[in-house]
Parts: sequence; structure tokens; C-alpha cells
Amino acid sequence: MSSELRYTANTQLEHLHARYTGTGHADLTKYEWLTHQHRDTLASIVGHPPLTSYLAIADGEAVGRIKFEMTERMLQPCGPPPKKDD
Amino acid sequence: MASPSSPRLVDSFTAPKEVLEEFAQMAEEDDIDPFAETASKRQIAARQSDYHNRRFNRQAHDSADVFKAVAEGEEVEGGYKEAMRLQRLEKEEERVRRAIEEKERQAREEGQSKMDLDKTPPRAEIEEAQKELAAMQGTKRKRRWDVEEPAKEEKEENKENKDGMRPRPTLRRRLRVARRSRWDQAPPTAPEVPMTPIIMNAPSFMQEDKHNRYLTDEELDALLPSAGYAIVTPPPGYAPLVRPPKLTATPITDIGGFHIQESSDAAAAAAAAGLAPELPTEIPGVGNLAFFKPEDAQYFAKILKEEDETELSVDEMKERKIMRLLLKIKNGTPPVRKTALRQITDKAREFGAGPLFDKILPLLMERTLEDQERHLLVKVIDRVLYKLDDLVRPYVHKILVVIEPLLIDEDYYARVEGREIISNLAKAAGLAHMISTMRPDIDHADEYVRNTTARAFSVVASALGIPALLPFLKAVCRSKKSWQARHTGIRIVQQIAIMMGCAVLPHLRNLVDCIAHGLQDEQTKVRTMTALALAALAEAAAPYGIESFDNVLKPLWVGIRLHRGKSLAAFLKAIGFILPLMDPEYVQYYIKEVTIILIREFQTSDEEMKKIVLKVVQQCAATEGVTPQYIKQDILPDFFKAFWVRRMALDRRNYRQVVETTVELAQKAGVSEIVGRIVNDLKDEAEPYRKMVMETITKVVASLGASDIDERLEVRLIDGIIYAFQEQTTEDQVMLDGFGTVVNALGVRVKPYLTQIVSTILWRLNNKSAKVRQQAADLTTRLAIVIKQCGEDQLLSKLGLVLFEQLGEEYPDTLGSIIAAEGAIANVVGMTQMNPPVKDLLPRLTPILRNRHEKVQEATINLIGRIADRGAEFVPAREWMRICFELLDLLKAHKKGIRRAAVNSFGYIAKSLGPQDVLQVLLTNLRVQERQSRVCSTVAIAIVAETCGPFTCIPAILNEYRTAELNVRTGCLKALSFVFEYVGPQSAYYADSVVTMLEDALTDRDLVHRQTASTIVKHLALGVAGLGCEDSMLHLMNLVWPNCFETSPHVIGAVMEAIEAMRVTLGPGVLLSYTLQGLFHPARKVREVYWRIYNSLYLGAADALVPFYPDLGELSEGQNVYDRHPLQMFI
Repeated sequence: MSSELRYTANTQLEHLHARYTGTGHADLTKYEWLTHQHRDTLASIVGHPPLTSYLAIADGEAVGRIKFEMTERMLQPCGPPPKKDD
Repeated sequence: MASPSSPRLVDSFTAPKEVLEEFAQMAEEDDIDPFAETASKRQIAARQSDYHNRRFNRQAHDSADVFKAVAEGEEVEGGYKEAMRLQRLEKEEERVRRAIEEKERQAREEGQSKMDLDKTPPRAEIEEAQKELAAMQGTKRKRRWDVEEPAKEEKEENKENKDGMRPRPTLRRRLRVARRSRWDQAPPTAPEVPMTPIIMNAPSFMQEDKHNRYLTDEELDALLPSAGYAIVTPPPGYAPLVRPPKLTATPITDIGGFHIQESSDAAAAAAAAGLAPELPTEIPGVGNLAFFKPEDAQYFAKILKEEDETELSVDEMKERKIMRLLLKIKNGTPPVRKTALRQITDKAREFGAGPLFDKILPLLMERTLEDQERHLLVKVIDRVLYKLDDLVRPYVHKILVVIEPLLIDEDYYARVEGREIISNLAKAAGLAHMISTMRPDIDHADEYVRNTTARAFSVVASALGIPALLPFLKAVCRSKKSWQARHTGIRIVQQIAIMMGCAVLPHLRNLVDCIAHGLQDEQTKVRTMTALALAALAEAAAPYGIESFDNVLKPLWVGIRLHRGKSLAAFLKAIGFILPLMDPEYVQYYIKEVTIILIREFQTSDEEMKKIVLKVVQQCAATEGVTPQYIKQDILPDFFKAFWVRRMALDRRNYRQVVETTVELAQKAGVSEIVGRIVNDLKDEAEPYRKMVMETITKVVASLGASDIDERLEVRLIDGIIYAFQEQTTEDQVMLDGFGTVVNALGVRVKPYLTQIVSTILWRLNNKSAKVRQQAADLTTRLAIVIKQCGEDQLLSKLGLVLFEQLGEEYPDTLGSIIAAEGAIANVVGMTQMNPPVKDLLPRLTPILRNRHEKVQEATINLIGRIADRGAEFVPAREWMRICFELLDLLKAHKKGIRRAAVNSFGYIAKSLGPQDVLQVLLTNLRVQERQSRVCSTVAIAIVAETCGPFTCIPAILNEYRTAELNVRTGCLKALSFVFEYVGPQSAYYADSVVTMLEDALTDRDLVHRQTASTIVKHLALGVAGLGCEDSMLHLMNLVWPNCFETSPHVIGAVMEAIEAMRVTLGPGVLLSYTLQGLFHPARKVREVYWRIYNSLYLGAADALVPFYPDLGELSEGQNVYDRHPLQMFI
């Protein structure tokens, strides 16, 4: 499809998508997709104060500590990237 | 037959002379190329000025890659040293040439003065002259016996032809000539052009060399008897002379002396012999070309003939390959060109810089080059440069010689292309190499070369950064050796400022310091250029950077007292641009200093100086620190004396400049000061001058208002304006705009003059000239509001009546203005008070709707729309229905404004009449042929639905959808789509009622059905978001979703938008569960589509998706844990 749509507005859509982090493409791996999901989740927790407080109470930690940990975990939230097979 | 008037009877019958002539003419006309004239206009060289064409005089030389050579420890040839030597040589040559010219000129002048004197010339001279005369006559007398006498022969031939006999003797004589010319005319006397058969057939070469051209085999066959002659094979080792074109050689041979261009006879002779000049469009190994010019033949000679490729060396093969690709790019059709361009780019490094540029650059220097060809070749260079990178170094100068002229081309895109190439070149070759290559051209003898080099340097500066070039610039601007170098250095700074704009700010001080000393240079040209460069820098830096100019303020201000003429103009220009940057506290002092000079120069007769002075006055007036008092006292009196004279109105540029400057002065001095000075000139006898006054008053009053104008001035102003308006003979907007602006600015203060103004209008409405009537009507349009403000209703009704009587006007432009004026009156008076009453006015307008003129249509439809909106009840319903039918025709109008007004009118009419009848008209109109009319009908239906409530229309639309006709069904769908777009949240009430129809449309085979239905779904879904229609929306979503694999751009666009709208209504979670099915589908085509949908979903609602992501903890392996632990906590 992409070849037929190369000259239409929809490719511009694809280009536009590619400019944002977190968007995907047909060759995305499981690891990459899930890493994005995790980062989004962590960002969502940091960005919603009620959610942060909830986690703080559940963990018995300070709100600031939770925020810090979440932010830290955004670096490789699913561990290091798996080795390439080929 | 012989001519009938002839009394003699002749026994031989021939065709009449006219017929023979006609045939001859037809034969000749066959050869005439109707595009020859336009072709010469397309040629760049033919179009450009002599200055631009100086590029053909340039010498290009190799610029050896010093860096590489030094790295490899080789001796360099043709490096910087060599270039400098060559440049000195060229300069010396130029000097000698000039000296010779000068000497010749002197000799000529002296000789002339000798002849001019009214004395008997000395004996020696007379004798000399006699000798000369004798020699000239002698040539005639001393014709040798063996030389033929062309004139005599001609006579003989004519005589024979008249006798109707075959010209035997002549033929024999020709035979003798022809026989001799078979072989012995070959190479030694060969012409300057390469000899391939195609070139020989090309018309232009026939023209130039028809005396020396070779007889072709066909011609020889025709001339020689078939018996007794044999064609001999060429001697071994004989090769026709092919001179490969060099970059430095001018391709067209210069024919010395005077000759008459005989274009047609050679071609006609060839055509008669069946040898019509034919240019190949198909070339072995290249295929079909879009065109082929005779000039191309000399560049592509090698590939034009069939060759045995096995005998060629590798290099020769490569050369042929490059030539073929270039020919395809230059002359090929777009698809051919595209593939060739790609090939040449991919193989660029394989071909190497040398062979490539040796072929490309000569083509670019061809005199008959056209825009398109140049563009393509430049594109090739650009692509190739990118690939070759530093391999390009030896060719930098050659490329520059070819590309630099683009920088001063009149075509903007050519300049951009040139900049692009030079900047890429600079990046590939590096700064040091660029400088060493271009340095010799900086003090070149030819101004043209210096000019283009300066521009090229500024491009290099913008590509590699100003700081990199600064040390070099400093050195050049201080060059002791030649003023040309300093001049060029300063010009580089100017060009940098012009090209880079405010990007010069970080380096401003450095750049200014670099050129500052140029203001005191002993060369006038250098001083002038320095001032111009400073002006450019100040303009680029505005409004910052005054501190960088500290060093030059004093020399500039001292300079204006020292210099005259051109340098003074340049200095003033620089001052004009520096003044606005200054601190308001100090600017007063500087302005005072410069004003003295400015006022002195007010008297100048030099046009250029006049323009600069005006500009500087304008800039002075615009600076913050100048007091109104100062302007009024010190500038205005002299300014008005010098510039407000009739002469200034005659030249278009002066006119505009004076008006602009005066308006700027008015901003400081106030309205009454300026208007008071010029208002009497509204009654001047010169019309252009009156126009200039009026335009100035208009602009001043429009920007500053009229509150400053006192009663006495008001009287003079109105009086002058009425006079100027009545006396105008040319038709333009100036007087009209002026009248409107001033009257509107004065507001109720014009009440005392209204009677006079209106009587003027009434009188002019009955004028004989249509233009005058039109202007009077236009003026009414502009004054209507003010007349109403002044409470002069009876005047308005009088005007209204007169205009009503004029509706029979036959000139469409005037009629349009009259209707627009009537509309303006109706607008301010209101429908109830309108005189003539609306019920009389409207029936009069209905037939006018059929007028085909756009202006009339627009004015009429606007007035009708307004009446329908505000006073529909005054007109009977039958009349409105008649108008409805007329309006359908207007839906076909070209102008969008008319269509929009028509569509809106349907809405107003439907509101007053009820929708049924109007809707019926519109739905029937869906059956017509024109698409535009149908589309407008759908919009009108939607508007009717919006104004009368959707419940009145949707049933009718659904019913109409059942028609079997395709156009009607799509029209209904489209109408529904607009309806839902317009009514927004109200659609919640109708969602369920249209679901069945949408089911049908979304499952239709026809693409357009599904596309339009998707658009309906989009508008519907967005309208009902949050209003509890999720069940029906989910149903529609299931029907839309399978369409996501559509490929037609419009359809997929509509489907994607519908899905986006669904995200809003159904929430991203639902949509995510749809997309998850296909994100990791084994088929790439499916994955691509699903990921695109996922991406739009993600961009629309990234945060909201977090709780909906599936729990994929079970996929964890090794170090990678995919559980989202924070979400698994609970209290």
C-alpha cells in the first residue's frame, strides 16, 4: 500500500508520525514496542499526582521518591535490548 | 493558361505565373519553423544583456588539488601559483588591448579632425585617396579569365529560363565545379565545424558554410551521369577532421566581413533534392528523445553514429556512456530523464570527476542553451557533486566559471540553484581550496568576473560560516597591491549582509571593522562600495547593533561634507540605514548634521540622488528621536519647495517615493500641517499632480484620522476634493478612494456639504460616459453610511430612486456598480424604510440575475440575499420560487463568492417560505449533469436543513436516496454529510434514523459510496461524542473498519478520518483492541496499515492508552521483564 500512496497525503501522515517518539512501524520489534509502553506508563504515573500518591502509599515511600524512581526506570524499563539473532 | 488580358495568342501553354509563385511559396513555407522566434526567446544567452553574456569571455583553468598532492609528496602543476601567473598574464593582455584601443581611437579622432577641417587637404592625402580608389576599381577590371563572373552567369541563366529552354551550359559549368570538389576540397580547407552527416544537414551550418559544404552522395548522383564514373573508396588513413569542442572555444565560427544571411535558399535547395534537413530524434543506444537541436550534434557527435564497441578502450566506452546519459537527461522525456539522472548519480564515482565535468561544463557554456536544459544540467552537477565529494577539487574553478553567472541571473530560481551548487561545492572542496581557487579572480581585470566572484564568496561564507572567512576578508579588504582587491573584498561583505540578513549580527563588529578603513580610501569606487556595504549591514542588523558602527560614524558624517556625486549618494544611503538603529537621545544631533546636506541635495538633478535623498528623509522622519518641531521648521519648507512640484508627478517612481516620504513626514508633523500645505493643489491644472496630492491626502487621513483638521481646512479640503473628482479624466481608483476615505474620516462633519455632494453624484449618474456613471455609483456605495449618520434620509431615498431608474443600464460594469450602490443604501436604511419599496425592487432584479457578467451577478445575488434575509415578507412567495430557479443557474458560476452567496440565499428563502418547495427544487437539481451544480445543491440542502431544522430535510433526503441513479445517491450522501457537519450535537437525535441507510452505503460496491458514507460517519461520530450513541456508533465502526485496506487516496483518507472520529466517540481503548489484531500480522501490508492506525491513535491519546495496553508479562524472557509492576499495586 505504501508504494501506491507514496504521492498522497497519507505518506505525509506517515512522515509526520515518524517525527514523534513512541510511534511504530511495520518492522518494530516486541522489545521496542513494549519499551515504549512502559515509558508511557511511567510517564503517566509521574504526570498524574493522584496516581503518584497512590503508589507512594502502597509502597510506603515518599511521593518524591516514587517520582524519582519512576523517572529513573524510564531508562531501559524492560532491561537491555536483546541480542540480534542475525 | 496565359493571362486573359494578353491580346496575343501563344501556342505554348504554361501555368499562370501566380500559380507557379504560389507553389514556390508553399515549397518555401515548408521550411519555415514557426517556433524559431520563440526558441530564441527561450535561449538564455539571447535574452540576457551584454553584461550577462560577458561570461562567455571567461577563461577556466584547472585548479589542482594541492592538498592531496602535498600529502602525496608530488609537485603540483596548475596550482595557485600557476593560477596567479595566468591571471597576471590575462590582466596584462587586457591592459595592452585597452592601450591599443585607446591609440586607435586617438588616431581615428585625429584623422577625423583632419578630414573635418574645411580646408583643401594636402596633396599627399589626395594622392593616397586616389590610389585607393584606383585599387578598388582595379579589382573589378582585373578579373582573371579563369574566374567566373557571377553576375553575368546569373543574367545568362535568366535569359535561358525565359526562353523556356533547359539551361544546359550552366549545368555543364556546374558539373565542372562539382567534379573538382569531390575529394580535393577535403580536410585542408575544412570548415571550423566537425563533419558528421547530421551536422551537415543542420540548417544553421548550412547557413554559415554553404559555400564550403560538401556535396552529398545524392547530390553527386543527381549531377553526374551514371555511366563513366565510379565511386572511389577513401584512401587509407583518411579521417574526417573532428574537432572536439573545448570549453574555451566559442562554438560558433566567426565569419569575417559583411555577408547577407540567406537562410531559405540553401535549405530550399536541399529540400528540393529530397534532402530536407532532418534532425534525429532517435539515437543508437539512447532511444527516443523529446527534441534534438543542431547545436547538440557537435557535443554528442561521437554517439550519433554507429560504432563497433569492441574496438573502443575502456575510457572511450566510459565517455560514450556519460554522453548518452547526459543526452538522455538534457533532451529526453521525463521518465527517460529520471532514470538517466539516477544512473549518473549512482555511477558518479565510477566515472570520475574528470570525464564527467569535461562533458557537462561545455554544454552549460553553449550559447543556445535554454532554461530547462540549464536547469537539468545544473541538477546533474548538484547530484554528482554530492557523490564525488573531494574528488571534485581539480574542477572547482571550471565549475565556478560556469555556475557563477547563475548568481546574477534575473530568474530567482536560477539564483537559488547557483547558490545551492556553490554552497555544496564549498562544502565538498573545503574553505582553503575554495579560497586558493577564487583568490586570483578577486582582482581580475574584468568587473564582471569580480562581481560574480564576490557573490560566490558570500555564498561560501554562508555555507562555511562567516568566522572561517573573516581572516581572509580582513586581508583582502586591506590589500595594498590593487584597489580592485579591496573593492571586491568590501563587496563580499555587502553580499554577505544582503544574503544572510540578521544572521550577520554575531559578527557585525568584525565585519564593520573589516571594511571601515574603506571610507577613507583614495579610490572613489572603493569608498562608494564601502558605504553601500555599511548600508547593507545596517539594514540587515536593524534594529540592533548600533554599537558595532561606532567606528564608522565619524568618517561617514565627515564624508558627506567632503564628497559629491555618487560617493555622496552612497554615504547618504549608509547614514539613512544607520539612523534607525541609533539611540533616540543622540539621533537628533546626527540628523541635524545630515539635514544640511540633504537640503542642499534637494536641488539635485540626478535622479538616483533624488531617490536616495527622499529615502533618507523618510528614514530620518521615522526615527524616534526626531521632534515634530524640528521637522516642521527645518525640513518641511525646503522639502515642499523641492519635491511638491508638477514635474515629480510625471515619473512613476518619483511619484511613489514622494508620496511615501510625505506620508512618513505626516506621522510626525501631523495631518493639518501636511494637508494644509498641499490642499490647494487639488485644484491644480495638471491632473497627474492632482492625483499625487489626492493619494497623499488619502494615505495621511487613513492612517491619522481627520480630527486634526480645523473648519477652514475642512472647507478647502471638501471643495478641492469635489473639484478634483469632477475634473478627473482618467479612470482609476485614486480619486474615488480619496473621496471615500476623507468623507468617512470626517463623519458627521460633512453634513453641510452633503447636498452639494449628492447633487454632484445625481448629475454624474446621468452623464453620457458609462465610466462616469459607474464612478458616481461607486461613490454612493462608499458614502451611504455617512449620509445615514448625518440623518439625511431623504437624500438617500432620492439616490435610491434614481439608481432604481438606472437599472436598465446596458454597460455591465456600470450596472454592477449601480446594483451594489442600491444594496449599500438598502443596507443602511433597512428593508422597511427602503425607497423604492422592496416589493418593487425585487421583481426588477430577478431578470438581471440572468446577466452573465460576474460583477453584476455578485452584486445582484448579494442584494437579493439581503432582502431574503431581512425583508422576505414584503415579496410574494411566487416571486421567491421564481428566484429559486434562477439561483440554480448561479451555482455554476466560476467565482466562489457568487456560489456562496447563492447557496446562502437558498437558506434565507427556505426560512421564510418553509423548506418543502425549496428542498424539492434542490433535490431535483441533483439529477443534472454538471458536478459543480450538484455539489452546490448538496451544500444548499444542508444549509436549508440547518436553518429549518434537520427533521424537515432528513426524511426527504433518505427518500431520495432510494432513487436508482448513482449521481442522486451520492448527492444525497454528500448532502447528509454536510447536514451532520453543520448541525453538530443535534445529530444525536437523528443518528439512529440514518443507520440503516449508512449500512447500505458502507457495504456498497461503489467506492464513492463508501467514501462519502465514511465522511458522514466522521461528522456524525464527532457530533454525537459523549451523547450516548455508542451502540449505533460501534455498529457503524464495524462497517467502516474493513475499509481500512482501501488504496484510493480519497477513500483511505475518508476512512482514516472516520476511524479518528470513532476514537473520540468510542474512546481509545476500544480502538486499541481493534488495532491489536494486526500490529504483528505476518503480512507486511496488513502491518503497515495497522501501524498507521495505531500511530494516529497513539498521537491522539497516548496517555489514555496506558490502562488499555495488554498485560504482556508472560512474554518476559531473560533480562527482559515485560510486567508493568507499578500497575499491579493496590491498597
